[in-house]
Amino acid sequence: MKIEVNGEMREIAADTLEGALSELDWGTARVATALNGAFVPKSARADTRLQNGDRLEVLAPMQGG
Amino acid sequence: MRDFYGVTLETPLMLGTAQYPSPAVLEDAFRASRASVATVSLRREAGQGQAFWQIIRSLGVHVLPNTAGCYSAKEAITTAHMAREMFETNWIKLEVIGHADTLQPDPFGLLAATEALAADGFEVFPYTTEDQVLAARLLEAGAKVLMPWGAPIGSGLGLNNRYGLRTLRAAFPDVPMVIDAGLGLPSHAADAMEMGFDAVLLNTAVAQAGDPVAMARAFALAAQAGALAHTADPMAPRDMAAPSTPVIGKAWL
Repeated sequence: MKIEVNGEMREIAADTLEGALSELDWGTARVATALNGAFVPKSARADTRLQNGDRLEVLAPMQGG
Repeated sequence: MRDFYGVTLETPLMLGTAQYPSPAVLEDAFRASRASVATVSLRREAGQGQAFWQIIRSLGVHVLPNTAGCYSAKEAITTAHMAREMFETNWIKLEVIGHADTLQPDPFGLLAATEALAADGFEVFPYTTEDQVLAARLLEAGAKVLMPWGAPIGSGLGLNNRYGLRTLRAAFPDVPMVIDAGLGLPSHAADAMEMGFDAVLLNTAVAQAGDPVAMARAFALAAQAGALAHTADPMAPRDMAAPSTPVIGKAWL
């Protein structure tokens, strides 16, 4: 299926959020996720199903003021 | 000294982590500043996030994640939840911006987000103005710290409204307050601390200085001097001169 990851359309084989992160090489990275604008805690990633056209944000620690 | 959600800071300096010429300069500036708190953000992972996190951890300071760039309460609330998981802290520097040119807080969105986040167990540091009515509402909504601006973010103008900040300080004597944003010079930090604020938060003034490490040290000394001066009960200014040398005993010449 195709989902939007950090603003870019990506072809994903996995159908869960956890699977998608692993497929995108973020399996062990320190990231936080939001699906379609709503926060998805780490503990809920395995049970979160993805659908075609979903909008996924994968955020990391960054410099800030 | 007033504490920040139960945490007493060793130094009254909070330092941002953005805009340094290099990660090495960031680390050196932090050590020179002896800052107690580092502010950080969350952005789309593009490869540098993991290394940056290692640097922040090695600094051994409290981490204060922000919601910079959020223009609505909803965006800020979602960002805060992501930050809490990422940085494993309930602290959140809550920014809900209302205007792109001034980066002035949107008071209505800020209040709504403060209320929601405080109810959800967050320890909110709201980035606000010197507005006393808004301050009272934020405290009612559950904030136990206030972060009034000195001047617009990144402007380096110092304390734009000293009267407003002084009255805000006097109105809520028990509330820990951090002057956040707009400081350009160490004298601005000293000024804020002399007025009785509990800490200052800055970023651009250090990161964009020609020598960020020297400037970090200068801010540390100024904040410390200002804090000490406040505890020393400064004299009241007066309009007319008052001789300091004794008048009695002067020779008849």
